[in-house]
Amino acid sequence: MHVISNIIVLALVAGAFALVQAVRGNRLWREALVELWRRRRISIVVLGLFVAVGLLDSVAWVGGAGSGTGDQVAASKPRSLIDRAFAPESFREVSYSAPFADIGFYDDAALEHPGEHILGTDILGNDVFYRTLKGVRVALLIGGLTSLIVIPIALFFGVSAGFFGGRIDDVVFFVMTVLASIPSLLLLIALIIVLGTGTLQVCIALGVTGWVSFCRISRGETLKLREADYVQAARALGVSERRIITRHILPNLTHLVVITFALLFTGLVLSETILSYLGVGLENSWGQMIDQARNELSRTPIIWWNIAGASIALFTLVLAVNLIADAVRDILDPRTLRERQ
Amino acid sequence: MAAYLVRRVAYGFLTVLGVLMLLFILFFAVTDPQDIARKALGERAPPDAVQQWIVNHGYDKPLVVNTQHDAVSAARYTDTLLFDHYRSMLTFDFGRSDADDAPISARLLTGVGPSLSLTVPLFTLGLVVGLALALFVAFFRETYIDRAVLVACMLAMSVAGLLYIIGGQYLVGMLLRWFPISGFDPDPSVVARFLALPVLLGVLTGFGGDVRFYRTIFIEETGRDYVRTARAKGCGDMRVMVRHVLRNALIPVLTNIVMAIPFLFTGVLLLESFFGIPGLGALTVEAIQGNDFSTLRTMVYIGALLFIVGQIMTDVSYTIVDPRVRLK
Repeated sequence: MHVISNIIVLALVAGAFALVQAVRGNRLWREALVELWRRRRISIVVLGLFVAVGLLDSVAWVGGAGSGTGDQVAASKPRSLIDRAFAPESFREVSYSAPFADIGFYDDAALEHPGEHILGTDILGNDVFYRTLKGVRVALLIGGLTSLIVIPIALFFGVSAGFFGGRIDDVVFFVMTVLASIPSLLLLIALIIVLGTGTLQVCIALGVTGWVSFCRISRGETLKLREADYVQAARALGVSERRIITRHILPNLTHLVVITFALLFTGLVLSETILSYLGVGLENSWGQMIDQARNELSRTPIIWWNIAGASIALFTLVLAVNLIADAVRDILDPRTLRERQ
Repeated sequence: MAAYLVRRVAYGFLTVLGVLMLLFILFFAVTDPQDIARKALGERAPPDAVQQWIVNHGYDKPLVVNTQHDAVSAARYTDTLLFDHYRSMLTFDFGRSDADDAPISARLLTGVGPSLSLTVPLFTLGLVVGLALALFVAFFRETYIDRAVLVACMLAMSVAGLLYIIGGQYLVGMLLRWFPISGFDPDPSVVARFLALPVLLGVLTGFGGDVRFYRTIFIEETGRDYVRTARAKGCGDMRVMVRHVLRNALIPVLTNIVMAIPFLFTGVLLLESFFGIPGLGALTVEAIQGNDFSTLRTMVYIGALLFIVGQIMTDVSYTIVDPRVRLK
């Protein structure tokens, strides 16, 4: 299993690299990127850090753990670079300890790693900072992977419905109306309960509920573009329909793709917390950490670091993506483009 | 107009049929009745009990075609799960809960009151606050006030809804002790005390996105010709904003309001469950946690139905608020 996930990660990195190369070749996109970097330097760096942690947590191989103790289960489990850096099986306490504490939280007993737990430990003595870092990959997986699955599908149906019209449009529009009629959270929960609660199932369920809005936007935009002068001209010149779509329609939808990707991403990451509260979330996610820590606030003295770690990480990631999306929308909007020049 | 209305309602009905088909696929075709029975009875239930449970709850029929009846009789198609599903949903005869055999319709009726007493103030307050703040910000557009509110909205949008509830309950309910942490009492003299905190938190959760959206609409409207004309004839800034811009901007706002109705429904899911309000949202959460498929199915159906009816109403109300829209 971890071999496949490693290959997926490698493919994603290669894809991102190819995308950057393609973008660099286009003057308008290059200018937009420079402008984006000028406006949102901090957000981009923060997002880059999150992605880096997610990648480090994705590269995993078997071995290293439990070899000395003869623990077969631990020895056959793949461990990521983050797992290896933290070695969570030895880097733990008996129970709660406050951030940077030297003594245990309730019993005042000496800790095994005094002052080394940056965000303290949870009830089982696991390092909270480590758990927060583990949540990065889950969040990126939910937001990123789902968006990457959803956008091509939505684009395909939206563009073909808008471009060809007729029966195809009727069918796509009806399916969209039906799916959009069901409150998305309820549909999501129904799907997850029926399909099961694995990572893939949750991503599929999020995809089914998430593609509709983007499909509608791309259909509407295609309907508009189909009547544009340059498309009419291309048609009159006898350009094939496939070529019109790839050369004239799709490039003019890219700004929508970028913006929708960002909106979808933040929506997905935030809705995972609700799923976790309802008990159908993903393992190791921030939502699960928040849900587990929710009752700890009512203890005296209160235990705040569990919820703080996950919430701050979640907030930072979503805020960074929101800020970038906002800037992208401004930059790619043709109206502001003219003002800038 | 009448012809349009008939067609619009007919399409709405077709959508309801589509929703029901999706629910049928999810809850009957994909889900094995054995699984539902085992979840209700426990993993160690004897096979006889499981079989009996399946028969009692009507899950024993074939999905689409009943081969026990001969080819010509209508029962071949009516004595099936598909037919029963459509019949019970369309006649609002929801049957009994899979978890504890209580009649679902009775539960829905008792849940509507508490739910509405939460959603109606939440919705109105959220709308008024959102519109007022957006109008205020649009009035001061491109100033530091505008910037500050926009940044605040962006920050507010980036916090998970769950955290607002947890944080609000902790801060206001536990530390400040202004309101009860949770609970509900329909008695009018005390109900406001129980609802104040959830309403407040609900408004807080939604206002970031709403204010930004309304502001965009208002600012788009302020660039129109009629605004310039109103200024030219000597209207004050305040009058332009309230009399001219707000009225015209209500059309896109109306769409957003109807779009918000189902989201209100889902947002209430968390609020009701956290604050112990015995409404439809809490009922849904219970159904999810108790693997109560029949209740969950009904709730999804009701949510979709509300949305479809709301959409038809928006389309019709367009003709009322905007005479330019002529329905064909």
